[in-house]
Amino acid sequence: MKTLIDCQKNEKVRVVKLHAPKELKQRLISFGIMKEAILEVIEYAPAKSTIKIKAGKMSLALRAKEAQFIEVESI
Amino acid sequence: MNIEQDKACPVIAKHLKIALVGQPNVGKSMLINSVSNAHLHVGNFSGVTVDKTEVLFDYKDYHFTVVDLPGTYAFTDYSIEERVTHNYLSGGGYDLIINVVDSTNLEKNLQLTSELMSMNKDIVIALNMSDEAEKEGIEIDADYMSELLGIPCIKTSAVTKKGIAELLDAIVKVGSQTRQESKLIFSEAVEEEISKIVACLQKHKHEAPNSYRNIAINLLKNNKKTYARLHDNPIWIELQPILIDAIKHIELHHDSDDIKEAFAEEYVAFNRGIIAEVVKTSMVNEEKTTTQKIDDILIHPLFGIPIFLFLMWGLFQLTFEIGSIPMDWMEAFFGWLGDTVGATIANEDIRSLIVDGVIAGVGAVVLFVPNIIILFIGIALLESTGYMSRVAFLLDGFFHKFGLHGQSFIPLVTGFGCSIPAYMSARILKNDRDRLLTLFIIGFMSCGAKLPVYVLFAGAFFSAEMAGNVLFAIYIGGAFLGLIAAKILKLTAFKGADEPFVMEMPKYRLPSVKLIWHTVLTKTMMYLKKAGTFIAAASMLIWFLSNYPHNLELKEEFTTKIELAATEETKNKLKNELSVLHLEQSYLGTIGKFSEPLFAPLGFDWRMSVALQTGLAAKEVVVSTLGVLYALGDEVDEESSSLVDAISKNISFASAVAFIVVIMIYLPCLAASIVFTREAGGIKYFIYLFTFTSIAAYSLAFVAYNIALLFS
Repeated sequence: MKTLIDCQKNEKVRVVKLHAPKELKQRLISFGIMKEAILEVIEYAPAKSTIKIKAGKMSLALRAKEAQFIEVESI
Repeated sequence: MNIEQDKACPVIAKHLKIALVGQPNVGKSMLINSVSNAHLHVGNFSGVTVDKTEVLFDYKDYHFTVVDLPGTYAFTDYSIEERVTHNYLSGGGYDLIINVVDSTNLEKNLQLTSELMSMNKDIVIALNMSDEAEKEGIEIDADYMSELLGIPCIKTSAVTKKGIAELLDAIVKVGSQTRQESKLIFSEAVEEEISKIVACLQKHKHEAPNSYRNIAINLLKNNKKTYARLHDNPIWIELQPILIDAIKHIELHHDSDDIKEAFAEEYVAFNRGIIAEVVKTSMVNEEKTTTQKIDDILIHPLFGIPIFLFLMWGLFQLTFEIGSIPMDWMEAFFGWLGDTVGATIANEDIRSLIVDGVIAGVGAVVLFVPNIIILFIGIALLESTGYMSRVAFLLDGFFHKFGLHGQSFIPLVTGFGCSIPAYMSARILKNDRDRLLTLFIIGFMSCGAKLPVYVLFAGAFFSAEMAGNVLFAIYIGGAFLGLIAAKILKLTAFKGADEPFVMEMPKYRLPSVKLIWHTVLTKTMMYLKKAGTFIAAASMLIWFLSNYPHNLELKEEFTTKIELAATEETKNKLKNELSVLHLEQSYLGTIGKFSEPLFAPLGFDWRMSVALQTGLAAKEVVVSTLGVLYALGDEVDEESSSLVDAISKNISFASAVAFIVVIMIYLPCLAASIVFTREAGGIKYFIYLFTFTSIAAYSLAFVAYNIALLFS
């Protein structure tokens, strides 16, 4: 399973499924991270601890741990 | 009706109470502040320390009260802000909703709009930042959008003040007509289930203030209030199986086990449809935006952190360098005020209470106002430009190792200056647990007022060349202990799964002077009002404890002695002796004597015990107390060589080490403790803080004392 943390910088991917616990899932959804959404990895913080992505027109920061819950596929 | 409203309008005017709702960073506050005759009324939502700005103004025949609710992405109840907004909207104490949306990012913003549409309230949508959208080549057909949604949509811009009057006209119009059912349409699967539920409600002629469709949607969305209302109704027997079926059906349709996820997907589909109809994007801008260009530098994997550290250093310098300039004047002013007021009061006790108690105590608090203003301007700048979220992005990795959040950095660094603004700036942490944990360890960052104590002891026990290094070691050591304490607290008191870290990184924006001014003014006034009143009371208490009971015999005995004394020197010596004896028999002295056995294992005598306890009032007092107790007179500071001598003669090295450790860790000063209690949200947190810092200070001081004994 490929997750958001496995992506290269500047890679564009499509969300397949959210494997997050309920509360986090709500949070992700409220930011527009849901099935079929297109995400782009913009930047990794040092040691890949945090990741900056683009969801639609919005830039978001996620921890690596949260990014692992997001199953994606390449497009 | 409150007094402000009466002031703002004649009694005959019609009132409209409006809830201002929007996602974060859509320019909500700025929009409403651009109404020309608006005046602000700032308070807290009852029970929580989240700022509530009420904007009051008159327009045509109406008197408007706009409640500026904290920004929220969705009704997920994740942060205090989101809970406040959700509760307020569900409470229903308002006439209609203004939903402010960012025209440049409609799809995301309409998610919240969809949720608002199921609230059964009148809504007006402000398509804000329309000037920016135009620049980006985004064209929105507002009239068509109004028709499709069944909600008036008005293009506005807080920057150019465009569309404000149109927005107010639309509100007046909506406010005076009967409500229209919103036109939220779902997929066939969901619509089918809605109509089944509606049919059931119709069959039983269920009586409700809102429409059957609205009830059906809320039932499907698991809205607790709607459930509670229907649960005790006989209709429930029939409704329940229909609902269970319906939810199963919808979840199956969306291939999800979460009905909320299913509805979110429904909303997205609906919103995409709306956007396809009303939004035209003329130029496809593949070029990097300004924000991206800035981010390439500011969150650069290598340069990002050094740039940030430099900016923090600058802010820190400004706060305590510029802030200290008016401090001298203010100190002089309060000194003058004390003398002037004191001269008018004949009764010695009352004079002492007013001058040494109230004026000195309140003066000490007011002294920090310049620092607080500069610091809050800095923080408001960092926040409103959008840089703060970049900081969290850069530092979260490191801080997360200790159970802290990336944004904890700001309050922690501020803590090196003064704990009071540090506690207040912890508000930037949106999550309760992160914020509490940060509040608990701010005290480990030694504040400016502890510096004199360190300087005094470092000077007494180390050579001049070493003293600087010792000071540095004390500060770094404190910060290091703080991180360890955070880790320990995280593993014990704040145990549990990590809070998720998902955060928007908004576009960079130029800050609005008006808005920053309001933010800073609000916070400063709150500081002055609350801390000021508490401080006045507490100062009186401390004053009382250190002055009473009066021992007249002692006083008379010394008065005669002083009168008989031959030289000025002996006179001063006797005066000091008197103040020592007086303090020794005062309530505070009694407490000091009483607590001496408690501090004996750390090697403290009763004087050091008292100094620690007066330090609870303010850390500056520690040095002056030591000065008084070692009989040098009131006028001592850390540089007076005689005190340094007295300390090195009377206090052993091991005791001094233990004393420093306690000063580093134990409870912050009274003013800071009060602010802590308020920010943490209750007296019970103060008790936790007291227990935690006392145990940590005592046990670490004990260890340090015994290690130091081995070496000396």
